[in-house]
This record gives sequence, structure tokens and C-alpha cells, in this order.
Amino acid sequence: MKDIFLIAIKAILTNKVRTFLTTLGIIIGVSSVVLLTSIGTGLSNYVTKEFNNLGANTLLVFPGDIFGDNGGISQERTASALANSKLKMTDVGTLERMREDVSEVAPFNLQSDTISFQQASKTVTVLGTTHNLDTAFNIPVERGGFFDEKAEKDGAQVVVLGYEVATKLFGKVDPIGKTVKLGLQTYTVIGVAKKKGSGFGGPSFDTYVYIPLKAFFKKYDTSSIVRIIVKTKTTERVAEHTKNIEQELQKRLKKDEFSVVNQSEILDTINQILGIITAALGGIAGISLLVGGIGIMNIMLVSVTERTREIGLRKALGATPNLIMFQFLIEAAVLSVIGGGIGLTIAFLGTLALQSFIPAEVTPSAVGLALGVSTVVGLIFGAAPARRAANLSPIEALRYE
Amino acid sequence: MILELENVSKHYQMGDTIIRALDGVNLKVNAGEFVAIMGHSGSGKSTFLQVASMLAQPSSGKILLREKDVTLYNEVERARLRNKEIGFVFQQFNLLPRTSALDNVALPLVYAKIPENERRERAKKMLEKVGLGDRLQNTPAQLSGGQQQRVAIARALINDPTIIFADEPTGNLDTKSGEDIKRFLQELHNENRTIIMVTHEEDVAAIAQRLVVFRDGKVVSDGKNKYAKYKKNLPMQTGE
Repeated sequence: MKDIFLIAIKAILTNKVRTFLTTLGIIIGVSSVVLLTSIGTGLSNYVTKEFNNLGANTLLVFPGDIFGDNGGISQERTASALANSKLKMTDVGTLERMREDVSEVAPFNLQSDTISFQQASKTVTVLGTTHNLDTAFNIPVERGGFFDEKAEKDGAQVVVLGYEVATKLFGKVDPIGKTVKLGLQTYTVIGVAKKKGSGFGGPSFDTYVYIPLKAFFKKYDTSSIVRIIVKTKTTERVAEHTKNIEQELQKRLKKDEFSVVNQSEILDTINQILGIITAALGGIAGISLLVGGIGIMNIMLVSVTERTREIGLRKALGATPNLIMFQFLIEAAVLSVIGGGIGLTIAFLGTLALQSFIPAEVTPSAVGLALGVSTVVGLIFGAAPARRAANLSPIEALRYE
Repeated sequence: MILELENVSKHYQMGDTIIRALDGVNLKVNAGEFVAIMGHSGSGKSTFLQVASMLAQPSSGKILLREKDVTLYNEVERARLRNKEIGFVFQQFNLLPRTSALDNVALPLVYAKIPENERRERAKKMLEKVGLGDRLQNTPAQLSGGQQQRVAIARALINDPTIIFADEPTGNLDTKSGEDIKRFLQELHNENRTIIMVTHEEDVAAIAQRLVVFRDGKVVSDGKNKYAKYKKNLPMQTGE
């Protein structure tokens, strides 16, 4: 068996250029499968980590009934509910009074507007919120500070800038204490949020600006709230707290006028979408693996024809059909394993290179799958040529020119 | 009796016509005999060699090798039989390209499942015996035709076969190398080996003591070789 293996290896080494070209298909297939699943897994892990940063006890109250018919969160319903939100400050008060279930409440509303400082201006999302959003939603302030309870009560015209907004408007100038124009009104900059980047597909927090909710209501002539962030008292009984909150809110609101979503539901939805995307991309890459396998079969068939005389001689000298078949099967399998190994190395290096741009992680299951599939591909596509070799008649083969 | 063919026929279907490549051949070969097989092309001498050497199955008839009916063997058993009992010398040498003389000679031992060390040792001895002890690592491309055929003879002998089959062993060689190979075969005969050699050249057939002539798939003459020039036990002449 070892000798048959060595014979196969030798045949592969004699034709280095051909070996490389043959394995190229498998190399591309394996590296793309592993690379794409790495990106998918990395993104999924990143999202999970971001959510966990918020704490497992964070609930979100959405306006309207945003759950789709099949259980997940419906994007469509979320968007339409946003426009006619029935959530008011009373509901925030209701939640704040639930001391048994709720430890912190931070509502907000948003509006698109233009912010300008001297000649520079930028379109931003204005987020009207309460003084505790920075801790409730994990938005650390880098310079200056978030507005306090007093500023919030007074409806003071102060603003905390997202990181990108600050750099765009002020460049290297320190923005703290400067006045900016938000729409037509004048606001004083009191803080700059830390760089955060785009969270999960949505707009980047870095392009947000935060003002007190009271000022927001006055400025945009509204009293609606589009989201309430709720921290529950315990992390262990989140389901129970959720139920209590729903009951309490239903005293004023109809059942379809609000939704309480806990993180695991959002996370499940996002991971479900990411999973589908990863599987789809991996599947497409899998096709190239299949094409690689066909390449191996093609070359193996050529190789069998080319070595007809050799096969005949081996049979004349006592090789049984099984041994001949093994020789060619091993050759095909080794070719695909070499391709798989090189492909895997490329995927590893590619993942390392990508890590500076997007989160990517090579998973053992992706490695196992890619190597397993490439070996199986080699064996399956090597089988036909190997059988052909095994069944050659020694006389016909010896006579072959 | 080492080899016995009883009423052996080999038929090929070619379109509508059946070609009787061998037609009821009876032949007995004793141990230590050197038999030359002659005949025109299409006479059936090549088919006879293929069938008698277990490379091909006859359509009908019995082949007894050392009293055993080998026509009853399956493909795997016949592969083992060829490996252990038969040595082949071909017109085209049929050495593996890009493979050293040593590995070429050792090839039948691979299929006989002999451990590597022993294979190398035996192949080395056999190459020394055919006068190529200094060419162990040369590939066929680095050897002359005569040298390649000597490697092939070493390979045929490596498993100490019962019968050596040679198919036009000098057909691809110049006169001088051909003479060389003829002397080798003569020497093997001196060692009391059984050789069956197909040739169409009378002066090659002349090294065999017995001559069998084929025509139209039948044996038309069988007896003492009237062309025989050599006597048994001539001293060996080595070298080129």
C-alpha cells in the first residue's frame, strides 16, 4: 500500500506544472469557500459581541407591531410604524415607575437635519434623547461630556457630536464650547462621542448628533418617541420583565401600537440573515470547487490515456486491477488534498489581511468542510479515470502507441 | 512437463467475420527448453505468446502450467501468476520512463509485496548479473537500446520465473546489441531456464534448440531447430 502511494506521489512530482494547473481549480475553490465563510462567521461574531456590549438586560420598545407573520422582525413593519409612533413621554414615565422590573429608561426620537459651523455643513441624524442614553446605549463620550439631567429638563440648546461630524466640521479645532447651527437654531457643543463605526449594517453612529429630548420636541414640533431603551433589573429574568413591561404599557396603548424586543430576538434575526448570506456565498464558491474537481477528472483521464502503456506493463508484471485503481485514485486524492492545503493557506493569509478592514475568522468547521469536500471531490472525479485504468486489457495497453 | 496447451483456440470478432488467431493449438514444453516460435505476420505467433503467458484468456482449450489448469483462474489470480511464474522481455523494452534502472528491475517485486530493502538488494544483484552494476540510477533515456533490453531481462529474471517469454527481443536493436542480447538469452538457457521466444529472424531463432512454426493459427511444424548454430553450454561472453 505504501509503495502504491509512493508511485502515485512520484507521478504527481514528475509533472509539476501540470500538477499545479490541475490543483488550481481546487485551490481557488477551497480558498474562496473558507474565505467567504470566514467573513460571514466573523461578521456574525462581531454583531454578537456588539450586542453583548449593550448588556444582556437591554430591551427595546418599538412603536407598532413590528413582528413579521413568521416570527422574525419585519423590516417593512418597523419602517411604517416609525412614521406614526404612538409612544409618548407618559409611557417613559410608566416604565420609570416600574422599579421592580426596570433599572433605566432612555427614550429617543430622530430627525434628519443640517448642521453647520462657519462654512462647513453636513447632513446628520439628530437624535433627541435623555441624559442617560450614553450609558444605556453604550455611547462613550471622548471629549467634553453628555448633557446632564438639568440641561435635559431645561431643554437647553446643547449638542453632543458624533465623531465623524466633529472631524468634518471642525477638523483639528477643538469643538467644545463652540456654537453650531442646527437647522436655523444655535446650539453649543458640549461633547464629542468616541469613534464607533457602523454597528450592524445601519447608519454609522459617528454621523449622529445628540440633543436633549425636550429641545428636540420643541425644535421639530413633535411629542412622539420612536424607541425606548430599557435596562431590566436583572439579567436572569429578562423574559419575566418583558412580560410585565408589556402588560403595563398595554394599560394605555393598544397591543399593536408597540413591541418589546429583547436583544436575543434582534440578534437571532441578524444572525439568521448573515447565515443565509454566508451559506449562499459559500454555495457559489462551492461551485468553483466542483469545477476544480472536473478539472482533476479531465487531467486524470488524459493521464490514464497517456500512460496506457505503463498501465499495461504494470498489469503484465503482476499488478491486479485493484492496485492500478488505487494508484490512480490516490493520485487524484493527493492532487485535491494538495490543492486543498494550498487553498487553505491562501484563505488563512487572506483572512489575516482582511482583518484590518472587516471582522473575519477562520472556523475549524469551514476548514474541515473545505478539506473534506476537496478530498471527496478528488475521489469521486478520480474514480472514473481510475476504473478505466483498472479495466484496461494488458495486451491492448502494451500495444498502444 | 512445465507448460502444456491442449486444443487452445483464440477467436476475435471483427465486424461480421470471426478471426481464428489460434485454431486448436497443442504444444508441450519441458523444463529447460529453449523454443523459438516463427511464422509470418498474422500466423498467430503473437497471439500464442499472449495466451501462453497468461496475458490473454483463450476462447477455448486448456493451458496447464506445472500441471495446473490456469484457464480457470480469475483476473487477480492470473495477475499473481504472471508476477511469480512468468518473465517478460518485449520488443519495445517497456521500461518505465523517468525511473531508474534499479526501480524498473524491482517493479515486479513491488507487486509481490517484497520489502523495500530486499527489493533493492535483489535488483542490484540482478543488474550486476546483466553487466549494468554501474548504471543502477540511470533512467531509460540515459541508456542505449541494448542496455535497456538488458535492464528488461534483469526485470524478467527478478522473480525467478518458471518460464521467460520473449517477443522479438532483438527487433528494436542494432546488430551488435542484438548479438549481445542473443548471448544473454543463450546464457539463461545454459542456466537451465525455460525460454519461449517469438521472432521472425532466422538467425535469432538459431539460438534456440527447438523450432515451432505457426501458419493461420495452427502449428505447422515442431521439432529440432535446423537453423540452430549454438550448442548448449557455450561459455558466456559479456560486455559490449
